[in-house]
Amino acid sequence: MSAYSITEPTLRAKWVAGSIVVLYALITLLPLVWIVLTGFKTPPDSISYPPKVIFSPSMEGYVNLFTTRSRIAADDLAALPPPETWYDQIVRDRDMVIVGPSKFGERFLNSVIIGFGSTALSIILGTLAAYAFSRFRVPLKDDLLFFILSTRMMPPIAVAIPIFLMYRSLGLSDTHLGMILLYTGVNISLAVWLLKGFIDEIPREYEEAALIDGYTRFQAFRKVVLPQAATGIASTAIFCLIFAWNEYAFAVLLTSGTAQTAPPFIPTIIGVGGQDWPAVGAGVTLFLLPVMIFTILLRKHLLRGITFGAVRK
Amino acid sequence: MAEIIIRNLRKEFGAFTAVQDSSFTIGDGEFFMLLGPSGCGKTTTLRMIAGLELPTAGEIFIDGEEVSQKPASQRDIAFVFQMFALYPHMNVRRNISYPLVSQGLPPAQVKTKVAEVARILGIESILDKPVGGLSGGDRQRVALGRAIVRDPKAFMMDEPLGALDAEFREHMSEELRALHDRMGATTVYVTHDQLEAMQMGDKIVVMNHGVVEQFGVPQDIYDHPATLFVADFIGSPSMNFLRYDGAVRAGDTTVSLGGVTMRTPEIQADAAPGPRVFGVRPEHVRLTDSGAYRGKIEASEYLGTTQIITLSSSCGSLKARVPSGQVAKLGEVVGLEFNPATISIFDEITGRALRSAANARVLHG
Ligand SMILES: Nc1ncnc2c1ncn2[C@@H]1O[C@H](COP(=O)(O)OP(=O)(O)OP(=O)(O)O)[C@@H](O)[C@H]1O
Ligand SMILES: [Mg+2]
Repeated sequence: MSAYSITEPTLRAKWVAGSIVVLYALITLLPLVWIVLTGFKTPPDSISYPPKVIFSPSMEGYVNLFTTRSRIAADDLAALPPPETWYDQIVRDRDMVIVGPSKFGERFLNSVIIGFGSTALSIILGTLAAYAFSRFRVPLKDDLLFFILSTRMMPPIAVAIPIFLMYRSLGLSDTHLGMILLYTGVNISLAVWLLKGFIDEIPREYEEAALIDGYTRFQAFRKVVLPQAATGIASTAIFCLIFAWNEYAFAVLLTSGTAQTAPPFIPTIIGVGGQDWPAVGAGVTLFLLPVMIFTILLRKHLLRGITFGAVRK
Repeated sequence: MAEIIIRNLRKEFGAFTAVQDSSFTIGDGEFFMLLGPSGCGKTTTLRMIAGLELPTAGEIFIDGEEVSQKPASQRDIAFVFQMFALYPHMNVRRNISYPLVSQGLPPAQVKTKVAEVARILGIESILDKPVGGLSGGDRQRVALGRAIVRDPKAFMMDEPLGALDAEFREHMSEELRALHDRMGATTVYVTHDQLEAMQMGDKIVVMNHGVVEQFGVPQDIYDHPATLFVADFIGSPSMNFLRYDGAVRAGDTTVSLGGVTMRTPEIQADAAPGPRVFGVRPEHVRLTDSGAYRGKIEASEYLGTTQIITLSSSCGSLKARVPSGQVAKLGEVVGLEFNPATISIFDEITGRALRSAANARVLHG
């Protein structure tokens, strides 16, 4: 029996804590793993009962995700020249031919443009506003901050109808700009509040030292405050991106063609040619990647930033 | 280098007045101390001189130019912050070179200047270290390096030794003073430590509640405090205050303290009867049997070569600094003599010293 220590948890406590974490991770990761696996199943495997955990992987879901196909008569199929590529082969095996690319690529690109565009805009506006609120004597500062926060007190979708009508008459419906502005509008209050917290934590002396050293206020902001706020900016950016990237309701309502993002597009896959779960799985898997990569890239900052400035240095 | 003139400087934060109509002059090349208790407006005054805070009213002349409404970047002043405010995302070299980069100096010149400053401060070996892991003393030196590297007109230092431990403070304060003497730069130094102010300063301004109480060379402020506050704040133990009532007329050379006639410097002002304070420093109190004014020994504190004896008397308790060889028995009633030339008489209502032959030269206004 080792001596009792205040700082070191006991072995048993570590085991209990570890088990809880593992269990929780399993519960939350299981659906994700299932979706990723489904993306690599054949359609029959994806709906077999009992569910298959061991299966021979196939790229059919991914092929279906990126293509539109059409079924042709057996005679016509036999008359065709042999398939040129592995994906032609996969489609041929189902008595179909590829007739063109699907819209997934475009929709995915829309998501990237709108998600990252609105995140960038939220961060730029949010940082400037947070800096002003943190450092300057703004008239009615508290009221303004409360007002900014209050935009998040109702679910955004509550104003869906007015926004729909407004966008229609402004010509912003189904445009990239419209969606970027909308997501920025929703995210900006979060950005201002989070970033103000981070900037409040940066001692003013750093900027004052820069002012004394002959820099302008803006230079001091750029060269001294921004690097110090990197942690906060990174974590705020991740929150903004996650919202904009996953947003579904407004995307369904306001986009249908040119500016449609991936979330409203993925469910439409289900309807095309039977319930194509592998294609859905493939779409969801690809859809998860950008946020994951973005988060991993900013992970170093995030780990420090997630405490919301409670611990510095 | 520059002379700095402060005229009727005032700063209000909303309804609160942090600095009230302060005036003083900082001579070219002086090591000037802004001394006062916490919250008296020292930092605010310093920040106004540097341009980090704009005054509500008043004028600041640096080198003959009125700068009170100019931004900090145009005043050519260096500032050493209490917590040093080194840029945490830069290493030592970049911290020191940062002010030069803003002036657009060519890199080669920046390099030589930084090397020169590093040599002066003895920090060549840490130039490429991040500032995060530095000791307090090294941070202090880097902060000084950043200040001296561009030869500013004047230095502002806000309690630059406040973050260091006591032992190191003394060492750094000597280093600082030596650095100043070598460069001859006008320096304004904020401290709440009267000992530090007396040791390091060419001149001292004593502030309290946003008001300049007195300004002059340390010796004058110590010997002839202009107000009760200064008399109490400066010196350890502080000046003895013996309270009595009486009138004074110009030409008086004595006062009556509890019925005993005491010699004082020649008074140069008239004052109606009222509460007065007779001020005498502990080292000017002698214990002799011949003294008419009597005190009872209450306690003694041994300090090596001297001892501090606490006595009670008819006009209040007082302390005497006497050689430690002198025998002092607790409870004994002894006679007290005060060195007449060093006596200050204060009006207790206004808190100000009455003008006398001794302090006339020192009191102004
Ligand atoms: N920006 C501000 N807004 C409102 N009040 C302020 C501001 N800055 C300072 N004060 C007030 O002005 C007074 C003087 O402050 P200052 O910092 O000049 O004191 P100080 O003499 O430097 O004290 P310390 O020794 O504690 O540093 C204090 O009561 C302080 O609360
Ligand atoms: Mg201060």
